[in-house]
Amino acid sequence: MSLVLGIETSCDETGVALVRDGRLLIDAVASSVDEHARFGGVVPEVASRAHLEAMVPTIERACAGAGVRLADLDAIAVTSGPGLVGALTVGVAAAKALALGLGVPLFGVNHLAAHVAVDTLDHGPLPEPTMALLVSGGHSSLLLVEDVTSTVTPLGRTIDDAAGEAFDKIARLLGLPFPGGPHIDRAAAEAVAERGEGVRSAIAFPRGLTSGRDLERHRYDVSFSGLKTSVARWVERREDAGERVDVPAVAASFQEAVVDVLTRKAVLACREQGVDTLLIGGGVAANSRLRALALERCADSGIRLRVPRPALCTDNGAMVAALGSLLVAAGRAPSELGLGVDSAMPVTAVRS
Amino acid sequence: MSLLLAVDTSGALVTVAAADGDSLLAEQAVELAARHAEHLAPMIAAVLVEAGRAIDEVSAVAVGVGPGPFTGLRVGVVTARVLGLVLGVPVIGVCSLDALALQVAEWGEGSAGSAAGAGDLAAGREFVVTSDARRREVYWAAYRTGDGEPEPVRGPGVDRPADLASAAARDGLGQKGFGPFFGRGAALYPEVLTAPPEGAPLDVRAGAVARLAGRRVARVGGSERARGQEPVPLYLRRPDAVAPGARKRVS
Ligand SMILES: Nc1ncnc2c1ncn2[C@@H]1O[C@H](COP(=O)(O)OP(=O)(O)OP(=O)(O)O)[C@@H](O)[C@H]1O
Repeated sequence: MSLVLGIETSCDETGVALVRDGRLLIDAVASSVDEHARFGGVVPEVASRAHLEAMVPTIERACAGAGVRLADLDAIAVTSGPGLVGALTVGVAAAKALALGLGVPLFGVNHLAAHVAVDTLDHGPLPEPTMALLVSGGHSSLLLVEDVTSTVTPLGRTIDDAAGEAFDKIARLLGLPFPGGPHIDRAAAEAVAERGEGVRSAIAFPRGLTSGRDLERHRYDVSFSGLKTSVARWVERREDAGERVDVPAVAASFQEAVVDVLTRKAVLACREQGVDTLLIGGGVAANSRLRALALERCADSGIRLRVPRPALCTDNGAMVAALGSLLVAAGRAPSELGLGVDSAMPVTAVRS
Repeated sequence: MSLLLAVDTSGALVTVAAADGDSLLAEQAVELAARHAEHLAPMIAAVLVEAGRAIDEVSAVAVGVGPGPFTGLRVGVVTARVLGLVLGVPVIGVCSLDALALQVAEWGEGSAGSAAGAGDLAAGREFVVTSDARRREVYWAAYRTGDGEPEPVRGPGVDRPADLASAAARDGLGQKGFGPFFGRGAALYPEVLTAPPEGAPLDVRAGAVARLAGRRVARVGGSERARGQEPVPLYLRRPDAVAPGARKRVS
């Protein structure tokens, strides 16, 4: 029996969660997203200040909600990278104080590996190997996960913008609020409901790195900056001509371009690497069209698809506690009390 | 028996002390430009070992709340708050410049008449302590000496050294004995603020944080952790954040 508390502060969400033997007891999250909205993106110092204020109340909320006392904890896990230095620092310092005060082991874990591990809370142990597509505001990576507690190999990543970042930038261009992903998702769904599936190909936006030499050189990488420019040009041309911009059609066509590339590359990687399970995680995994298209393409290729419920896709403490719980169960060595933060922590390092 | 654990990460030193009443059991300090988060927890463990005490004997936690560079400052504050929560003990925030002022006053008492500059610390005199605020500015606060704790009379603030010097002169504080300037900030800008006297303390130490906090606990009595009374960092500056401007064209 082991009870693990996980802390996540790599970006703008203060997450604290409790996992007992692979079962999620509670996932408490405080977000400063509203404070960043008017800046159109996360302001690191604003996020760090919010983490400090939210830390003790969120720990208390998690414990109270699960009916657990801090003294019952067996281990502490915390995101030690990658992410914003100032934000990570608050979480790591808090986790160390807990570990020190309670005399329990501390595990500094990789944020990306935690995005993968979280799915065990919803769907049980991960098949080994599993292919993981992580798509969020800060990352777009394709990972070969042989053992999430020790061996993760990056196969591909974005060579420019992350998928979520592309959603957020295009949303801004279209005058939709921040964060833009859910708004584009909704606008696209409404367009399809009103005008049929054809609206997804109403505008032919480019699919980066999917053909010829680009595909050879960047087999599993993705790129969204060309797409972003192409959407911006399209919008500007309409505006210059004094025409109304058909926001739902742009949203649907843009979204289709993103999820088409992501699912194509993920399925390609599974087939070429002989992996029969695909896991999608990160905030963009909440995208309804990404889920639907992935399901369709995986079924066609005999690949099992795993996607955690949306609340577990975005940043939260549950993912960290989940990975901590797996590390404890696997008997991995804890981190030192001198643990630091690593804003550029490579995904090959599952823990530090 | 009581055990007060004090930490300060507001400046160039990460410093930890353990005190029992008026007696300082152990104090450590390392000079660090960054990476406070790595060193604080191991130093707390080491100080407790040196003091011969266990973490669960801690009866109160004190923390220097700055002003100071934000990321380092938060390490101390969040550590203190969470330790207070875990151990179920009160957490007392102390302005780090108050602690440095206490060190300066104690130094003045100890070396009165001998060290150059210490004479300026006779009772009733005013002096300014400073620390490095980076970006060519200093954090500062002004105090009046008395018996025991220096009394804060102005600040804390953050200003360019030249502005601090001219404000002090303009307010006529200099004539009443405002100054000399003490602390790291004065040492960094001696041509503007006058160099601190030889041997005077430059950086806050956790021992001084412990002494101030210990007296404040004794004064207020009680040991209930009062909600909403958690130590709050003295940032003094707003976050750097710019609202995005108009969209840039791509064509
Ligand atoms: N339904 C959706 N469709 C598309 N994108 C979405 C959707 N929901 C959320 N997103 C995007 O997900 C991103 C947020 O992801 P997440 O919560 O994982 O945070 P993050 O800070 O980007 O995470 P990380 O630190 O892992 O990079 C935002 O860019 C947001 O627009």
